[in-house]
Amino acid sequence: MSGLPPRLLRALPWLLLAVAVALPWIAQALDQVFYIGVARRILIFALAAASLNLILGFGGLVSLGHAAFFGVGAYGVGILMVEGVRSAWIAWPLAVLAAAAFALAIGAVSLRTRGVYFIMITLAFAQMVYYVAVGLKTYGGEDGLNLPGKSQVGLGIDLSHDITFYYVVLALFAASMFLLNRLIDSRFGRALIGVRENESRMEAIGFATYRLRLIAFVIAGALAGLAGVLFANHNSFVSPVVLHWTQSATLVIMVILGGIGYRYGGLYGAATLLLLEEVLSMYTEYWHLALGVLLLVVVFAAPRGLAGLLTRKSH
Amino acid sequence: MALLAVERLSKRFGGLVATEAVSLGVEPGGVHALIGPNGAGKSTLINQLSGSLAPDSGRIFFDGEDITARAMHERVARGLARSYQITNVFKRFSALDGVALAVQARSGSSLRFWQPVQRERALFDQAAAVLDRVGLGARKDTPAAALAHGEQRQLEVALALATNPRLLLLDEPMAGQGPDESARMIELLGQLKGSVTLLLVEHDMDAVFRLADTISVLVYGRLIASGPPAAIRANEEVRRAYLGEEEVTP
Amino acid sequence: MSSILIAEQILNGLQFGLMLFLLAAGLTLVFGIMDLMNLAHGSLYMIGAYLMATLLAATGNFWLALPLAVLATALVGLVLEVALMRHLYARDHLAQVLATFAVILIADDLVKMIWGPAPLMLNAPPSLAGPVELLPGFYYPAYRLLIIGVGLAAAIGLYLLVTRTRAGMLVRAGASNREMAAIMGVRVQRLFMAVFVLGAALCAVAGALLGPVLAVEVGMGENILILALVVIVIGGIGSIRGAFVGALLVGLVDTAGRAFLPSLLNAVMPLNVAANLGPALAAIAIYLLMAIVLIAKPTGLFPARG
Repeated sequence: MSGLPPRLLRALPWLLLAVAVALPWIAQALDQVFYIGVARRILIFALAAASLNLILGFGGLVSLGHAAFFGVGAYGVGILMVEGVRSAWIAWPLAVLAAAAFALAIGAVSLRTRGVYFIMITLAFAQMVYYVAVGLKTYGGEDGLNLPGKSQVGLGIDLSHDITFYYVVLALFAASMFLLNRLIDSRFGRALIGVRENESRMEAIGFATYRLRLIAFVIAGALAGLAGVLFANHNSFVSPVVLHWTQSATLVIMVILGGIGYRYGGLYGAATLLLLEEVLSMYTEYWHLALGVLLLVVVFAAPRGLAGLLTRKSH
Repeated sequence: MALLAVERLSKRFGGLVATEAVSLGVEPGGVHALIGPNGAGKSTLINQLSGSLAPDSGRIFFDGEDITARAMHERVARGLARSYQITNVFKRFSALDGVALAVQARSGSSLRFWQPVQRERALFDQAAAVLDRVGLGARKDTPAAALAHGEQRQLEVALALATNPRLLLLDEPMAGQGPDESARMIELLGQLKGSVTLLLVEHDMDAVFRLADTISVLVYGRLIASGPPAAIRANEEVRRAYLGEEEVTP
Repeated sequence: MSSILIAEQILNGLQFGLMLFLLAAGLTLVFGIMDLMNLAHGSLYMIGAYLMATLLAATGNFWLALPLAVLATALVGLVLEVALMRHLYARDHLAQVLATFAVILIADDLVKMIWGPAPLMLNAPPSLAGPVELLPGFYYPAYRLLIIGVGLAAAIGLYLLVTRTRAGMLVRAGASNREMAAIMGVRVQRLFMAVFVLGAALCAVAGALLGPVLAVEVGMGENILILALVVIVIGGIGSIRGAFVGALLVGLVDTAGRAFLPSLLNAVMPLNVAANLGPALAAIAIYLLMAIVLIAKPTGLFPARG
C-alpha cells in the first residue's frame, strides 16, 4: 500500500472539516436532516476516541476503562440538570472537572501497574463506576435518567435546536483536536511519546515518567468527560449503558481501527465504525456479523489502521 | 570529598547475595573502573547506584547528599547518569531526536503543552553538539535502529552525556565492539576525562588499564581490592580471582 | 443468618467458582503460552451452551448430549484456531483485541441467525431435578452437586495432565518461557493448537453445565468473559493453580457478596442507603478483590512467568 500523497494527507482533515461545516445545508437540501444527528453522534465519539488515542496511541497505555470518564461527564451534567443546575456554563465545567478528578484517582492507582495488569485494573475501576451508576436508584438506576431537555447556554444559542447544537459540538470537537495536536508537538507530547517508546530510558535521562503519564491520563479523562457531557445533551438521556465495559472496548476498537498514534486516528476510527453501523444496519439486521468481518479484514489488510493505510511511511 | 560515596551497600535475591556490604568512594575528575568476573554483581551495583534497583541495606551519597531513597530521575537531575550494557535507546527515533529528549529533560519543565518543541533550536543544537562529541554527528538523522552496533554504543553514551552529568556510570560501553570501535570509544572516554567523572564497569582490560586512575575489584558481590592500577595488578588475591586468566600486558 | 444458609451459599460459590475455573484455565493457558489476548473465549462458552441445548432437544438424553456438545465445540475451536488464531500469535495484543472482538460480533450474530434472538430452554436432567439431603435438614439441588463434582473432576484431571504427563510438562514449559520451549524443540504449532482446543472443550463443559442454572442467550459470553479475566489476573497469568484459586475466590466472594452484603449493610445503616449500596457493593466486590490482590502482588498470586 503506498498511501496518499503527503499534501493530500495533510489536507484531508481540513476537507473533512469543510464537509462537516457544510453538512447541515447539504442534509437539508437532500431532505435528510436525520443525518445531522448521526454526524453529531460521530463527532461526540470521535472526541472520546481522540482522547483515548492520546493515552493509548501516544502514551502506549491500553486503558479498558475509558468509558468511565465519558460516563462521569454524562452523569455529571445529567444529575446537575435534574437537580436544577441547567446552565451549561456551570454544569459543563463541573462535569468535566468531575471526570478529571476520577481520572486522577483511577490513574494514580492504575499507573503503578504495567501491561495486561494495567488493562485489567482500569477495567475493574470502570466496572465499579458502572455498578455505582446502576445502584443510583434516585437517578434512574439501571433504567437510566431522562433529562428535562438540554443545557442552557444563553447568548442566543439554543441547544434544543438541532443545527445549533450540531455546530456547538463541531466547534468543541475542532477546538479539542487543535489543542491535542499542539499538545502532541509540545515538550509534554514528545516526552509522552518517549515514555511509550522506552520508559526505562526516559527515567534514566531524567524524566518523571509516572507524573507524565498521570497528567496525560487526566487530560484524556477530562476530554472524554466533555464528550460525555455532549452525549447526555444529545440524547437528553443518560444510563449506565455508557459505562459498560463493552463501551470501553468499543472506544479501544475505534482507536485501533482508525490508527493508533496517528493524529486523526480517533476521528477516522469513530467515523468509520459508526458510519458502518448506520449503513450496514440499513441492509441487514445482522450487521454485527458484517462489521465483524470488516474488522477482520482491517486487522490483516491494514495493520496500522486506516490512518496507517493512508500514510506512506511511519509517523 | 568523594563525589560518590557508597557505604556498605547490600542486595540479595532470595538465596543469592549480589552485593555484599560494598563500600567505595569515587573522587571527582578521574576515571574509576570497576572490574570483576562475570556474575560478580557489577551491573547490580550500577543499578543500585543509578536508582533502578533498591538496595536491601547501606547508603549512597552523591556530593554529600544521601540519595539512597531518591528515584532514578531525581538522581539524574542531580548529575548522576548512566549508560546501559545492553543497548537501550529509542529505536524508532533519530539519534538527534533521542538525544534532544535528554537535553529537554534538563533544560526546563516538560509540562509545556502549547509550543511545538521543533521551534526550540537551542535544544536541537545542543543535542547535535553532544552527538558530534561522541562522533555520531554525521548520523544524527538516522533512526537508532538503523545504526551499526558500534554507533548504537556511541548513542548510548551520548544519551547519558546529554543530561550534563557530573558523574557518569558506564556499564560496559565496550560491549560487543570490534577493535576499531573500541579504540574510538577509549579515545572518547579519554576526552571526557576531566570534565566528567567516570565510573566505568568493563571487561576490556586494555581499556581499563589505559584509562583508569583507580580500580575496584568485585568478586561474588564483595569488593576485594581498590586502588591505583599498579597496585591492583600486583595484588595476589586479585590475580587469583580474576586477572590470572586474562592476558595483561605490563 | 442460619448456618444452613451460609453452607448453601458456600456450595453455590464453590459451584460457580469451579465453572469459572474451567473457563479461566483455558483462558490463562492461551494467554500464558501463546501470549494471545482472546476476547472470543466467552463466545466458545456460548456456543457450547447453545449446542448443548440443541443436542439435548435432539437426543432427549442429557448424558449423550453433553459429550457430543463438548466435542462439537472443540471442533469449532479447532477451526477457529487454524483459520484465525494462529495468524494472531505473532501480532501485538491490540491487533489480537481487534480480531477477537470481531469474532465476538460474528459469533453473536451467527448464533442469532441460527437459533433466533430469544433465550433457549436448557433443563437439568430429570434424574437430578430434585434436592439431595446432605445433612439432616440441609437440602441442596442435586444438579448443582453434579456441577461441583464435574468441576472437581476436571480440576484434578487438569492437574494430573499438567504435572504428570509429558504433554503437561510441555505446557508448563511453554507457559513460563515460550522462546526457550521453541528452541528446545517443542513442536510449537501443535502444542498451541492442542491448548486452544482444550480451552474450547473446557468452555463447552462450563457452558453446557451452567445452561440450566444461568440463561442461554446471546451475550452470555461477554458477561462471563469479564469474570474469567478477573480470575486469571488474580491467579496469575499462565498458572492453572492460580486459575483454580482465583476462580474459587471470585466464585465465593461474588456469591457470598450478593447473598450477604445487602443484609449485612441493612444491619448497620439506614434502609434506603443500604438498598442502593448493598447490590452495588456486592457487584463491585470481585473488582475490589482484584485491585487488592494486585496492590499486594502486582503479577497475581501464582505468576507462571519468571
